[in-house]
Amino acid sequence: MNEQIAAAFGLLPVYLGWHVVLSGAALTLGLVLSAPLAVISARSPRVRWPVLAVAGLIQTIPSLALLALFYPLLLALSAVTRGAIGHGFPALGFLPSLLALTLYSMLPILRNGVTGLTGVDPAVVEAAKGVGMTDRQRLWQVEAPLAAPVAMAGVRTAAVWVIGTATLSTSVGQTSLGDYIFSGLQTENWVLVLFGCAASAGLAFVVDQLLGLIETGLARRDRRRVVIGLGALLAGFLLASAPIIAAASRPAGYVIGAKNFSEQYILSDLMTDQLERAGSRVTQKNDLGSVIAFRALAGNEIDAYVDYSGTIWTTVLGRKDTPPRAVLLAEMTRELKAKYGVAVLGALGFENAYALAMRRTAAAKLHIASIADLAQHAPDLTLGSDLEFLSRIEWRGIESAYGLHFRTQRQFQPTFMYKAVEDGQADVISAFSSDGRIAADDLVVLTDPKGAIPPYDAVILLAPKRGGDERLKQALQPLVGRITVEAMRSANLTVDRDRDKRSPVDAAHALAAAIGLK
Amino acid sequence: MIILEGLSKSFDGGASFAVDHVSLTVARGEFRVIVGASGSGKTTLLKTLNRLIEPDGGSITLDGRPVTEGPAYLLRRRIGYVFQGVGLFPHLTVGENIGVTPKLLGWDAATIKGRVEELLDLVSLPCAFASRTPQALSGGQRQRIGLARALAAKPDVVLLDEPFGALDAVTRDTLGHEYRRIHEALGLTTVMITHDMMEALLLADRIAVMKDGKLLADGAPHDILTRAGDPYVRELVETPRRQAEKVAALAAGGA
Repeated sequence: MNEQIAAAFGLLPVYLGWHVVLSGAALTLGLVLSAPLAVISARSPRVRWPVLAVAGLIQTIPSLALLALFYPLLLALSAVTRGAIGHGFPALGFLPSLLALTLYSMLPILRNGVTGLTGVDPAVVEAAKGVGMTDRQRLWQVEAPLAAPVAMAGVRTAAVWVIGTATLSTSVGQTSLGDYIFSGLQTENWVLVLFGCAASAGLAFVVDQLLGLIETGLARRDRRRVVIGLGALLAGFLLASAPIIAAASRPAGYVIGAKNFSEQYILSDLMTDQLERAGSRVTQKNDLGSVIAFRALAGNEIDAYVDYSGTIWTTVLGRKDTPPRAVLLAEMTRELKAKYGVAVLGALGFENAYALAMRRTAAAKLHIASIADLAQHAPDLTLGSDLEFLSRIEWRGIESAYGLHFRTQRQFQPTFMYKAVEDGQADVISAFSSDGRIAADDLVVLTDPKGAIPPYDAVILLAPKRGGDERLKQALQPLVGRITVEAMRSANLTVDRDRDKRSPVDAAHALAAAIGLK
Repeated sequence: MIILEGLSKSFDGGASFAVDHVSLTVARGEFRVIVGASGSGKTTLLKTLNRLIEPDGGSITLDGRPVTEGPAYLLRRRIGYVFQGVGLFPHLTVGENIGVTPKLLGWDAATIKGRVEELLDLVSLPCAFASRTPQALSGGQRQRIGLARALAAKPDVVLLDEPFGALDAVTRDTLGHEYRRIHEALGLTTVMITHDMMEALLLADRIAVMKDGKLLADGAPHDILTRAGDPYVRELVETPRRQAEKVAALAAGGA
């Protein structure tokens, strides 16, 4: 327990730093954009309605979706600018997070700004004109100071929202305090989840209090409070961003990506270890969505990560046929090189296939051994799946090959999916064949007599610009063909199990030792 | 000298006129009162003088030059403006409120400070008021500050829009007469709006009566009181006349 907290604290400077830089930048940008819009809206009712309506509409978009939508948008824009001026920009990480959070911060600032400005006593406005102020003087000397306390309340709301929502930026590859929460959720490390929550909530609380100090300072015309509040915010921002600036000034190294589950964290740590032992600097981008990870690699935003042949085959290459394992691997390697310039360094040696699994006792009772057997009982059963399985091409393949129709289908975070099958909330789950929990939870994997599920060899993929990077290849080559499914399963289990948990880093060390790398 | 010629203003695109082709002259140093009920167009007329409202037709000249010459805010810095709402800036001290136009005009701080004290004295308030906030003042005190603010940049012309309308009768009378004293002492040209004929008769050099945007009468208080031909004007002066006679009779009877 103490060790986990110590490890969490070790990551805090970087996570907190990015969180502060990201939310600070988003809030500042939101303020800079919203303030003039609020002034224009306050003066013209014809502008006010559409501006507030659009800001309100943005607010109704789920924050995770807003973050996710900026990725394809920026990707397209980047392609346009690359075509026009020869330079693209990264579509993952800071930029989409910044834009989404900026949009998110605008409604409360706008709404309170407009309320504050329109709430200024008309007699005071008339007096301001009467004494000979220009429009600008009236705004700065009278309306802005009088609207400031109400407007500041909006800034406080926006700040709390932005700091909370910034934890979601982890999912588009931006490091934040959300890294604790996402990886804690995936590895069932509740200490980590709580730590991330507490850090984010604590930050939001402190910022809110400082903004509150500024708000009362403005309301009471107390310059001292305003100066102290602003000074503390600025000092906090600079202090928190120092580790980020320090890191940025070091020479850039390799970027290793990982999707959002334990095996990916372990393999990412394993690759990172290999590279660091070879003297390279490495940064990690964890918790990438399945398709986002490949696009990021193809766009040279990450240098290497592990994906699975069947996933690439169906979701990236759009293939519906299921050739044998070796044929698929060879053809995939060829097509990735040709279409995307992505190099396949090699297969790690194990498969992590999608598999339908049931509790052994339940399967025995119903005499279900294969997916074909399952089809007869499916109308009485509940399918629990992870968040992407049901929208994947493989599922459509299995569904139509066996004519599967379940009574209900429920989606879970992988962690909760295993819990669900354990306590009977789901009868069948979309398990992963390399998952240690299959054996640990006494589940049985149903056979696939029709071969509807493609093979899923774990493969190391290299970004187009790293295809000829011998140093990278040499560091990662020792992993190729070395990891058995048993070794991977037991490494996964040490991270996923409830008791005596290991961190992915420790599991990576253990795995390295087990396959004889150290 | 202020000359209005054929001034008109419509708020509904010409269907009806708030001010309907009014011509009026205000001589230099004159205390001119415009009397009318609400909706008579008197406030609209006053606000065209410092361009808080821009007229649709006609012209206004101030000392021979059209008020539309140059930007409106420069005109307003030369014209004092006091209105019923007062509109003291709640985030500024009394002193800062009074000194606002001089500051806009770029006077130095020491000169403004001296001027603020002079004006507090002129409106019969202690100098210590300068550091107070407007919230702490009574209604009468607020309007005195409003008056001081209007006079701060030494304007020749002062516009008063029902300035004492929200005050109790005694305070209204006191302030009215104090203002009349200031008007004379500083040699101001004053245009005041009121719905109260008694107030107009007691303060004005010349009275104009407005109804439905039109000018019905224009003359000295004595003429308005005795020689008005228009039935509406006669009706307006009837109340103060009756009240005065009754009060005089009461005073005589009681003696």
